[in-house]
Amino acid sequence: MIWNETAECMELAQRRELQSRRLKDTVARVYQNVEFYRKKMQEIGVEPGDIQTIDDIVKLPFTTKQDLRDNYPFGLCAAPESQFVRIHASSGTTGKPTAVPYTRKDLETFSECVARCICSAGGTRKDIIQIAYGYGLFTGGLGLHDGATKLGAGVIPISGGNTRNQLTLMKDFKPTILACTPSYAMFLAESLAENGMSKEDLSLKVGIFGAEPWSKEMRKKIEEGLGLTAYDIYGLSEIMGPGVSASCNQQDGLHVAEDHFYPEILNPDTLEAVSDGTVGELVFTHLTKEAMPLLRYRTRDLSSITRSTCQCGRTTAKMGRILGRSDDMLIIRGVNVFPSQVESVLLEVPEVSANYVIIVDRQGTMDTVEVKVELDEKYVPDEMGELENIREKIRHKLNSVLRIGVKVTLAEHKTIQRSEGKAKRVLDKRHI
Amino acid sequence: MNYMKIIKQVTVFLQNETGRLEELTQIFGENSINISAISIAEAAEFGIARMIVDDYERAVEKLKEKEFSVHLVDVLCVETPDEAGALHHILKKLASAGINVSYMYGYSNNGVAPMIMKVNDTDRALAILNM
Repeated sequence: MIWNETAECMELAQRRELQSRRLKDTVARVYQNVEFYRKKMQEIGVEPGDIQTIDDIVKLPFTTKQDLRDNYPFGLCAAPESQFVRIHASSGTTGKPTAVPYTRKDLETFSECVARCICSAGGTRKDIIQIAYGYGLFTGGLGLHDGATKLGAGVIPISGGNTRNQLTLMKDFKPTILACTPSYAMFLAESLAENGMSKEDLSLKVGIFGAEPWSKEMRKKIEEGLGLTAYDIYGLSEIMGPGVSASCNQQDGLHVAEDHFYPEILNPDTLEAVSDGTVGELVFTHLTKEAMPLLRYRTRDLSSITRSTCQCGRTTAKMGRILGRSDDMLIIRGVNVFPSQVESVLLEVPEVSANYVIIVDRQGTMDTVEVKVELDEKYVPDEMGELENIREKIRHKLNSVLRIGVKVTLAEHKTIQRSEGKAKRVLDKRHI
Repeated sequence: MNYMKIIKQVTVFLQNETGRLEELTQIFGENSINISAISIAEAAEFGIARMIVDDYERAVEKLKEKEFSVHLVDVLCVETPDEAGALHHILKKLASAGINVSYMYGYSNNGVAPMIMKVNDTDRALAILNM
C-alpha cells in the first residue's frame, strides 16, 4: 500500500525539479528571516541567487545541534511566533533543550509523512494502533497519533509505560498495530507470560518501531514474541519527528520523504559527499518547513543512502540502518548521553581522577550503564564508609545530570586502560 | 598498665580480584618487609588492606613503585591483657570521652593482645588511655 503515490513514486527528474524549486524557496526565506543564516551565507559568500538546482545544496552552510542551542529557543525560526501551533523539544540532557516549533502546515506535513509510514508498514484505516511512544514534548507519541488519525485508523493513545495496562488493552481492544521503541516492544513481549498471557491472546499484525538503534536479531525476537511483522521508522525532532523515513515490505532500508527532507551522506571529517551505498553522516535539509527550516542539519547519525526504484514501487532514496554516531553520543534507554557529561561530573569530584570508562550493556531488554572511575593517586581512603560516600556522591551527581540510573565502580589508579591517541571512554557491549 | 603508642599503618586500596593481594605480599616478601598484623575490609569490587609492617617507609616506597594506591595512617596500638573484660575496659574509657573507633583488629597470644584501633582523635585517645 502506498499512501501518496504522486509523492512517493515520482519520476526522478520530476522530483529533482520539485526539490530544486523548494530548496530555492527555503533558502530565500531563511536568508530573509533568519539572521543566523543570512550572516553565515554572507560569511561564505553565498547568495540566494546562487541556489538554482538541488545540486547547489553543497554551497550552503551546515547547521549543528550547538547552533540550535545557541539560538534557543526561537532564534532560527523563519515564521513569526504567532504562527506556531505546537512546540516540541528535545529532552535537554546536555544542557538547554532544543525547541522545535511547528506551524499548522508543518503539522500537516508531519501527519502526512507519518501516514505514509504507517501505510508503508501495511496499516490501513481499518486498523487500530496502540501508541506506546511517550506523548508530550517528545515527538514520538503525538507524531504517530496525528499520522494514524490522518490515515483514519483507530488510535489507543496509551503513551509509554504501565505495562500491565498495555497488555490488558491489547487483549481487550484488539489493536492490530503497535507503535513504540523496539526495546519496549521486547519488554512487552517478555511481560506476556508474567501477566498470564500469550501472543495468541493478541491481535497484533504489525509493529512500527523506532527512536533507537536496533538489530535484525532484535527484530526477529520481537516478531516472534509478539506475533507481528516489525517495521522501522526514523526521525529526529530537529527535522520533524518520526516519519522522516520508514521501511517498506521489502525490509531493506528506509524510504526518505524526499519531497520534504533532502538527505545527504557526507564524510564526517571532510564534509564531502560520499558515493551512494557508502556509510557517512546523514545530513538533512528542510524543503518545506515553515517554522524552523534548517539547512544541512548534521544529524551525527551514521547511515548510507541508495537510490534505485524499490520492489515496493517507491522511487524515494532509501537509508540504511543507523550504524552509530559520528560524535560520541550514546543512546541509553532512549536518553542521549555524552561521555563529556560524565567527565564534567567527575572533574568536580576531587577524590577521583579524570580517568574513567563508561560500560554500557544490556540485561534482558534493559540498558545498563556502569561508570568505572579511578581514585586519585593522592587519595587513598582508610575507611570503607569514605569510599561509599565518594561513590554515592558520584552516583547522585551522575543520576541528576544524565537522568538515568548509573552504577559507579571505583578503581585503583592507573588500572583503567590507557590508549594511545584518543582515549577510549566508552565500552558498548550491547549487541544491537 | 597497658602499653600503648601511635604507630603507622600501611593502607592500600585494592581491586577485589584474584591475585591482587598476592602481588602485594610478593613485593613485601621480595623486599624482606615483615607484616605483623593485617586486616582487609571488602566491598563487592574493591577492598582496603590495612597492615602493620616492620619498615613502613620502604613498604610505601616499594608499593608505589608498583603503582599501588597506598598511604600511611596513624593508628593506635594498645596492648591489652589477654583476659576477659580487658578490651571492654579500654573501649569504655574511649566511649565516655566521646571518641569513636572506626575500625579495629587484633589477636591475643601468649598473654597479651595487641589491638590496632583507628579513632577519630588519636592524640586525645592516647592521652585518655594513659590517664
